[in-house]
This record gives sequence, structure tokens and C-alpha cells, in this order.
Amino acid sequence: MSDFINNFWNMYVVVLVVASLLFCAFIVLSNRSARPKGPVELHGHQWDETLAEWNNPLPRWWVWLFWITIIFSVIYLVAYPGLGSLGNALGWSATGAYDKEVATAEAKVAPLFDRYAAMDIKQVAADPEARAMGERLFLNNCAVCHGTDARGSRGFPNLTDKDWLYGGEPETIVATLTNGRNGAMPAFGGALDSEQVRDVANYVRSLSGLAADSIRVQRGKTLFATNCVACHGPEGKGNQLMGAPNLTDGIWLYGSTEPIIVQTITKGRAGHMPAHEELLGEKKIHLLAAYVWGLSNKGDGAK
Amino acid sequence: MKSEATGSVQGTYDYRVVRQFAIMTVVWGIVGMLMGVVIAAQLVWPQLNFAEWFHFGRLRPLHTNAVIFAFGGCALMATSFFVVQRTCHTRLFAPWLAEFVFWGWQLVIVAAAITLPLGITSGKEYAELEWPIDVLITLVWVAYAVVFFGTIAKRRTSHIYVANWFYGGFILAVALLHVVNSAAIPAGFWKSYSAYAGVQDAMVQWWYGHNAVGFFLTAGFLGMMYYFVPKQAERPVYSYRLSVVHFWALIFTYMWAGPHHLHYTALPDWTQSLGMVFSLILLAPSWGGMINGIMTLSGAWHKLRTDPILKFLITSLSFYGMSTFEGPMMAIKTVNALSHYTDWTVGHVHSGALGWVAMISIGSIYYLIPRLFGQERMYSVKAINLHFWMATLGVVLYIASMWIAGVMQGLMWRAINDDGTLTYTFVEAVKASYPFWFIRFVGGLLYLSGMFVMAWNVWKTIANNKPYNAPVLEPAAAHA
Repeated sequence: MSDFINNFWNMYVVVLVVASLLFCAFIVLSNRSARPKGPVELHGHQWDETLAEWNNPLPRWWVWLFWITIIFSVIYLVAYPGLGSLGNALGWSATGAYDKEVATAEAKVAPLFDRYAAMDIKQVAADPEARAMGERLFLNNCAVCHGTDARGSRGFPNLTDKDWLYGGEPETIVATLTNGRNGAMPAFGGALDSEQVRDVANYVRSLSGLAADSIRVQRGKTLFATNCVACHGPEGKGNQLMGAPNLTDGIWLYGSTEPIIVQTITKGRAGHMPAHEELLGEKKIHLLAAYVWGLSNKGDGAK
Repeated sequence: MKSEATGSVQGTYDYRVVRQFAIMTVVWGIVGMLMGVVIAAQLVWPQLNFAEWFHFGRLRPLHTNAVIFAFGGCALMATSFFVVQRTCHTRLFAPWLAEFVFWGWQLVIVAAAITLPLGITSGKEYAELEWPIDVLITLVWVAYAVVFFGTIAKRRTSHIYVANWFYGGFILAVALLHVVNSAAIPAGFWKSYSAYAGVQDAMVQWWYGHNAVGFFLTAGFLGMMYYFVPKQAERPVYSYRLSVVHFWALIFTYMWAGPHHLHYTALPDWTQSLGMVFSLILLAPSWGGMINGIMTLSGAWHKLRTDPILKFLITSLSFYGMSTFEGPMMAIKTVNALSHYTDWTVGHVHSGALGWVAMISIGSIYYLIPRLFGQERMYSVKAINLHFWMATLGVVLYIASMWIAGVMQGLMWRAINDDGTLTYTFVEAVKASYPFWFIRFVGGLLYLSGMFVMAWNVWKTIANNKPYNAPVLEPAAAHA
């Protein structure tokens, strides 16, 4: 047993367990007494005027109950782990039982996913049965962040609006699911002072036609050109290769008000989409990608 | 002081501290159960979580601490100080120290009521209080032990009555559990880190946690049972032998049962197995107490019809038998795989807490209050009867709704589609639980309302009556 640094502790456990079981047996055996002949009597002591005790024997059914649990325990400890490094005739372990159960379940469901593995993702998306399976996978694994309707939430992208941070082609979605994404917007609070940040925020708002202070927009445009274009591009249309959002399309991951944009620029943002390769495996990701792709390509699936 | 042990007239028993604890039992019972009703309501109407200090996460430990340590603790201290004097036929040892136990314990409770809503917690379930309060608990507990065992030492009977074995076991074990589990490194006055790490910390915590159930909530209250049941039934205890066997087996086996709280976790397999088998072995010793209590009534069953105090006591034993059957069953790993983390556990705990612990305490307090104020009986016996039915109906609503909700949650969580995905998302199980959480709220409210009936009855019994201290009785001739 690898839980201990040496065998002493194994024996320590064995001795204590055996001694404890023996103690339980001893306490029952030592208080065995035949049902006394004649009427039961008081045990012979008295406290506080009226308190006394009958000398009734142990109820027989109760003694049997006690023995059954003790005997069961001995059998259980022979069959399963418990007696230090002894016992466990079945060679049982929790991890072993888990692996076995998972393998059985995987073997059972594998054919369902194999059917779609070789199909093109757009074809899979057109299959109602596959979509239903994809939806169940989505509800189990994705809905916590993206919502049961896949419309996302603050900081979690809407998957139904045809706007993609990293691209909406089937292969890109598979890559996103498999390896995850880390959307890092650096903090500019050190590089820009608070007035400059507001200037940039006003310029960013103006890109999608939101109300903005025209003087700040002018100043912000210059600052944007030196600080932001590397990722968001000269026109603010973003860059899917690095997941930099398009700032001109009226879709906002964290919000469009000036204070929120100021916060985004000052403190930066760190979006995290976890990798699902280990958790789901290639074939489930294939099906899930088809479901996600289908959300914004309704009826576009290959015939 | 020593001359008292020779059998000369001793004056009167020290009832003052008993009165203090008995009255605070009712007060803290209302406070603790009110907190329970509040958090039950917060689950049904989440908008009631309106401030961080009034949030479920902070009020839940306040509820558990208030009902276990304030209500249960005061009931145990009131009854143990009463029982140990009367069954040892002597006054308390060091009554001034008993006063310290009372005021110290109240200070602990008030400190808990302030710090827990403020978010000051060590994060260990049922041991949330931070280290300065833990130190105070230790001091109070040592004083409690000194008074209790000091009184045992100067007893005027040769044999120690069975109730005192259980009270004594409870006091010793709780001292050990508290000191070991609360060991921590302070990092400031209101922050500390556990002395243990990882799975060892979890195991120490549940060794403590389950023995808090075993010793605080079981052994201590069995002590109460062994005095108040035979007294109220006016019958001798059913079997001396049974009390010997189940006492030793109970206090010995409980110590092993903690790992069943950590089934299917990082705890090693062998530890989990031991937790399970010793929990099963615990069934018979637990039932020994129930049999001894209920069978004590043989020949006096008719009293149940007319005596609501006896109804409380005997019903509490029925709930004790039920929850100590349910407990070992839930400790079986395959059952636990379904029940763990569901409301089934909450229902199980409350069949023990409301059904067993609270009912035996309420019955005992109804026995005590008139005797502490020179009265024959409570002001209104009808009100006790009303309280009994409110409490019983409250418990039944509570545990039945939690059984249904718990089994439903367990089944929903494990339901799987043909493609291996989960049939239900977590929130669907939450949504399905709402009706049962509402029934639980109603059951809790009913139980709490019963406590107000009790408070009125206690008030009426003690108002206009002077505190009364009974004269110390001479031991029976057979003992001299």
C-alpha cells in the first residue's frame, strides 16, 4: 500500500482494526447471560429516590444484529481494502472501479460518435440526430458559460450572432474547442493617463457610431493609431488570428458604455476558453463543433 | 468540603446554574431555529440574501452553531449539572466555576453570533469559530469537566449512575475533538490556518465532525435520556447489561466512523472502507440506547396517552432509532454514491437534530422548569401537548420533503442519455427542488412556532414564582 512511508503503519492499522473488532466481540460475549428464571429483578442499586435498573438480559435479536454487522465487517475487510496491506482479495480500488466504468461507458457510446467522425462538419450539422447529440453535449459542457441558448453573457461570447473572435469556419471552431483560447487584452493603465484613456474610449465608441465627444475622438484617434492598431487593425476591424475583436460591428463582449471601455483599456481583459481535448476527445468535439457551427448557419448545412 | 461526603446534611442542590442554562436553552432554541427558518426561506426566495452579512453562506454556520452549541450545549449543561448532583446525592463541586461555565459559554455564543455574519470563519464545518473563540471554548470546557467530574468524585453513592457515564464520555471526547481539530496557526487575531493540510485536514475535520454528532449530539443526549425517561415514566431502566454493552460499544465505535463523510474522495480506499464497516457496526450499539429507553416504558405505556412530556421523550427515541438506522445505511458506499451532497443528508441530520436532540431536550426542560421554581408542573399541560403536535408535524414535513428532494436530486444528477451525456443540467435539479424546499420551510416554521408556545409556557410557569433549590437527598440505604 503506497499510502505509507513504511510497513510499520500498515501493521499499525491492522493491529488497531483487529483489536477493535475483537473488543466489540468481547463486550458482547462478556455480557452474555441466560434469561434468568422467574421474574426479572432490580439490579440492586438506587439513585435519586426512584432511579433503578432491571437485570434484563440483552435482547437476543439485538445481539444477533450486533454479530451480523461484525461478521459482515470481517468479510468486507477480507474482500475489500481496509486491513492495511492485508485483505482486499478482490484487488478493488476506487480508481480501478472508475476506469472500468468509464471504459464500459465509452465502449457503449463510441459507435454513436463513430458514425459522424468521418463526415464533414457541415454535413453533421445538417443531421437532426447529430444536432440533438451536439445540443446535449453543449448543455453538459458549454452552457455554464455560454448559456443554455448559446447567447453568452458578459465576457462569454454569443455563439449565435455570426460574429467570431477567432473565426467561424468549422476547422477553427474545432481548434477553439480542442485547445481552448486565451484572449489577452493588455492593460494600458500604465502607458496612458486617465484622460488619454477616455480619449481612446470615445474614439472606440465612434467606430460603431455610438455617441462620442468629438474633441476626444480626434485625440483618441491618434492614440489609437500608436497603441491599438497592432492588434485591432488600422480601421479597428480586429484580427481573428489573435482573437482581437472587431470594434466596428456594434457587438461588445464586456459592454459599450464609456466607463466599461475605460475599464477595459485601463485594466485589460483576460478571457479564457478552456481546452476540451482531454475532457471530450476528438469525436465528441467533432459533433460539438458541428452543433456550434450550425447555431449561426441555420439551414446552411450541406445537403 | 470533604466533610460533606460523610453523609451529613448538605443543605440544598445548586440549581442556580441549572436554571440559567435551562432558560437559555429555550432562548437559544428560538434564535437557532429562527436562523434555520431564515436560511430555508433564502433557498426558496433567493432575493432574501440582501446583504453580505445576511447571506446564506454566512447565516448557515450561524444556524448550525446556534442550534448545536447554543441550544444543544445549554440543554446538555443544564441537565448534566442537574443530573450529576441528584444522582450523586451531593452539591456541585466548585459552584463558582459552574458560574464561569455559564457566562463563558454565553460569551462564546455571542462571539459566534457576531463573527460568523461578519465572515470571520476558519472554514471548518461545525468548527467555524476563529482561534481566540476556540481558546475560550477550551477554557470553558475544562471548567465544565472540573465541575462535572469533581461532583462525581465527591458522590455519596458507590456506583455511578448510567446517565453520568454518557455525560462523562461526552465531556471527555468533546474536549479531545475540539483541541485536535481546532489546532491552527494564527495569522492575526481573526485569521488562522489549519495545522493540517490536504486530505489529512479533511480526515481530521470529519473525525471531529462525525464525533461531534456521536458525542455532542448522541452520547450527551443519551445521558439526558437515561435520567429523564425513567424519571418521567416512573419505571426502572429496562436493562443494566444493555446499558453497559451499548455504552462501551458506542463510545468505542463512533471514533472510527468519520471517513464515511469522505466516500469517493481523495481519502485512501482503506480509510473509506473502515469508515463504512465501523458505521455499520455502530447500528446495534446505537439501537441499544433506544431499546433501553423505550422498553423502560413497559408496564407504563398508558402514560403516553396523558403525559405530553413522556410523548416528547419517547418520540425522540423513535427518531433516534430511525436516524441511527438511516446513518449506517447511508454510510454504505453504494448508498452514499446516491445520497451524498443531496438534501437526503440534510433530512437525515434533521431527523436526528429536530426529532432526537431537540425533542429529548424539550421534554427534559419541561420536566426541569417547574422543579427549579418550586412548582408541581408546567403552567399549561395542554400547551405542552400542542407543542408536541406542532413539533412532530414539523419534523415529519421537514424530513419527508428532504427525503424526496434528496433522492430526486441524486437520481437526476446520475441520469444519463444513451450517448453518455447527462440527462439533466444541475440547474434543472435545483428547479425541481423548489416545492420541497417550500415544504421544508413550512415544517421548520411549524417547529419554530412550537418553541414560542414553549417560551410562553415557561414564562407563565416561572413568573411570580421564586427560584427553588431542593434539599440534598440522603442516598438510599443500600448504598450507605
